[in-house]
Amino acid sequence: MKKHQFEVVVVGAGGAGLMAGLYASKSASTAVISKLYPARSHTGAAQGGIGAALGNLEEDRPEWHTYDTVKGSDYLGDQDAIEFMCKEAPEIVYELEHMGLPFSRTKDGKIAQRPFGGHTNNETGKPVMRACYAADRTGHMILQTLYQQSIKNNVTFYDEFQMMDIIRTEEGVAGVVALEIATGELHVFHAKSIIFATGGWGRVWEITSNAYAYTGDGVAVALRRGIPAQDMEFFQFHPTGIYKMGILITEGVRGEGGILLNGKGERFMEKEGNAPHVKELASRDVVSRAMYLEMKQGNGINGKRYLYLDVTPETVNKYAALDGRTRPDGTPYKVTGEEILGKLPDIIDFCETYLGVNPVTDPMPVQPTAHYGMGGIPTDKFGQVVIDKKRNPLPGMFAVGENACVSVHGSNRLGTNSLLDLVVFGKHSGIKAAEYAKAADYIPLPENPTEFVEKQLEALRNSEGDERVSTIGTEMKEVMFEHVGVFRVEEGMAEAVEKIRELKKRFKNIKLDDKGSKFNMDLLNAWELSNLLDIAEVTAVSALKRKESRGAHARDDYPERDDKKWMKHTLAWLDEDGIKLDYKDVIYTRFEPKKRVY
Amino acid sequence: MTQVTLKLFRYNPETDTKPHYDTFTLKAEPTDRVLDLLEIVKGHQDGSVSFRRSCAHGVCGSDAMRINGQNMLACKVLVQDLGTNKITIEPILGLPILKDLIVDMDPFFNNYKSVMPYFVNDDSAPAQERIQSVEERERFDDTTKCILCGACTTSCPSFWANDEYVGPAAIVSAHRFIFDSRDKGAAERLQILNDQFGVYRCRTIFNCTVACPRDIQITQAIGEVKKAIATGNLD
Repeated sequence: MKKHQFEVVVVGAGGAGLMAGLYASKSASTAVISKLYPARSHTGAAQGGIGAALGNLEEDRPEWHTYDTVKGSDYLGDQDAIEFMCKEAPEIVYELEHMGLPFSRTKDGKIAQRPFGGHTNNETGKPVMRACYAADRTGHMILQTLYQQSIKNNVTFYDEFQMMDIIRTEEGVAGVVALEIATGELHVFHAKSIIFATGGWGRVWEITSNAYAYTGDGVAVALRRGIPAQDMEFFQFHPTGIYKMGILITEGVRGEGGILLNGKGERFMEKEGNAPHVKELASRDVVSRAMYLEMKQGNGINGKRYLYLDVTPETVNKYAALDGRTRPDGTPYKVTGEEILGKLPDIIDFCETYLGVNPVTDPMPVQPTAHYGMGGIPTDKFGQVVIDKKRNPLPGMFAVGENACVSVHGSNRLGTNSLLDLVVFGKHSGIKAAEYAKAADYIPLPENPTEFVEKQLEALRNSEGDERVSTIGTEMKEVMFEHVGVFRVEEGMAEAVEKIRELKKRFKNIKLDDKGSKFNMDLLNAWELSNLLDIAEVTAVSALKRKESRGAHARDDYPERDDKKWMKHTLAWLDEDGIKLDYKDVIYTRFEPKKRVY
Repeated sequence: MTQVTLKLFRYNPETDTKPHYDTFTLKAEPTDRVLDLLEIVKGHQDGSVSFRRSCAHGVCGSDAMRINGQNMLACKVLVQDLGTNKITIEPILGLPILKDLIVDMDPFFNNYKSVMPYFVNDDSAPAQERIQSVEERERFDDTTKCILCGACTTSCPSFWANDEYVGPAAIVSAHRFIFDSRDKGAAERLQILNDQFGVYRCRTIFNCTVACPRDIQITQAIGEVKKAIATGNLD
């Protein structure tokens, strides 16, 4: 066992972790540990843009962004935090630009912006150009830029270190335990402040846009140390994943005028009950549900489980004319194949590589794909972890980005708000964690800080059963996709809970092939599956108990939102006997809940 | 479904004195990614097969490998693209092999860090964005796409011959800033690359350009850097 001491330890090196590391390291000794190399994190897969009311092409205001986000959250977001994020947005986007981020540009040389789902001019109700973008690789540019700045500022990295435990004693948090993947050795990082920025858990589901690395490590480790997970029943299905593969096709495609068509060639989003006003640019939950229902009614392409996303110039121009869409200068909105290629080069590359389809000439086959966890480790608006219904803090413990639940996304996140969340709360948690560390003392380490991790690893290594990790994983993904997906009902969710519990039992009976220490990915993948199983169980149990439909949690048996009973956050604890649930109030300031119509 | 034979380079530093190959046969769809095949083998035949992967769609840069002799991302090549059902997978060349398909990327990242791969401009920033025209932005667009996978550098004979050569990926990263109209660090970067282990080790073999999974015109970018050093201007 090796020991290190840093005032602040950041776990995860995506957008949130890098931003936190940059800010914390300005005043406190800081280490960033990540199971991947820094530029490998999943922030890099984000495509369409980062939301900020810059108003570079048309009038826009942070207050509109705030309202849109509250509405998008289906009124489950905490309004103080949402307001804070949307007000900070323009400044932080300029800050990224000053760090060198190569945004696409307007004719005037300003940061380019495009429309995105759920973002509107609050006066006209029409889509507004708020998503600041760099072609369709905005996340890649953010990740690269923040990593570049980290090199410039000499941030200390521990690459390919798998965090496995929080050291939590009666006095508080004292650091983390991590496994050095290259050697198999355990390291103790003694710290005053810990910032979790470990990303999401889309690998719980069969069809997902998420990386293999997205196994919910931060949330699972926190759950094992008595920290609750909030609002886990809300998991976003992005409407447009590549059929069967789940690879993300950015909402920016629809922002540029792309149309969703069913097997009859109908533009179904304009149907009454879907989104007759903003159509394809409704919130993701709304679009995914409309797609699911189309396919259920047999309106998929050739009756199959997919639909078309069409961004060919003919289709875009035809519907833009029907909608009366104009450019900022008032001229009719018309695109050429060249413009589409310039604005969506990666999407075109993905479709050509994986489907042999060129989106400039042919429509893309798409289906909803598991994309983003709105829930996570509960925090206040500075990333400080709060561990009960009264929002009492766990001093020194911070969480930020997808593994955190501030909650700015409530029950459904708007596109472009995840990248914004990463950098805004990454920055502020970095500042706060350093401030806290400067005023605090190190909590002494317990006698054997690695004991809990060693037990888990020994159990995995020594298990001599006949179950394969991959089989258990596949069964989990299938049952979660089937029953805790876009639409849910009581019996299905109950079946999922039971199945996950059965899989957790079977997991105790696995057998690993790799008995070594160095780069034992067999062992680490098994440990990651244990995280996913815990998260699947918490998700399914939280979902089963919420008897309403709100945002991404859509129930056939309770189709309406029920503010009287359910306008509250779920808190879930994992203990020996299973999962314990409680609820806490939503913070709302000025936006009274209304029916959500797009 | 078609039957595929996968011949994998194996080396376990804890048990092997030298590398060997293992062969696996499996059923696959022609549209399966090579990465999918590795996952099937690892999941169902031999869990000790070790490789890096994350995003699985060509944007994170984790899974550069030598597939039938050519550097590729395992997640960005399909079985049907290879034109054969016999697939040999080996680690990328020129970096120390740690286990199976996993190489030590530290020398690669150290080369990258040596070229000041970050934005430099110490002038006080405006209240809003720095203005950059569409054309100025376009000037360095190609080299912003780099995902640091290492496929280019480890396909370069000059790098194989001497790993002190910074390699194509590092030059691509330098290019991205040298030609950014907002950046002020070009002179210093050009000086770093005007070195015996800098751009002149490039013999325009074009392996890098062929290997790049992001289709960056790497040899051209290196040529532009060479020209900037020779002429002292960035036009």
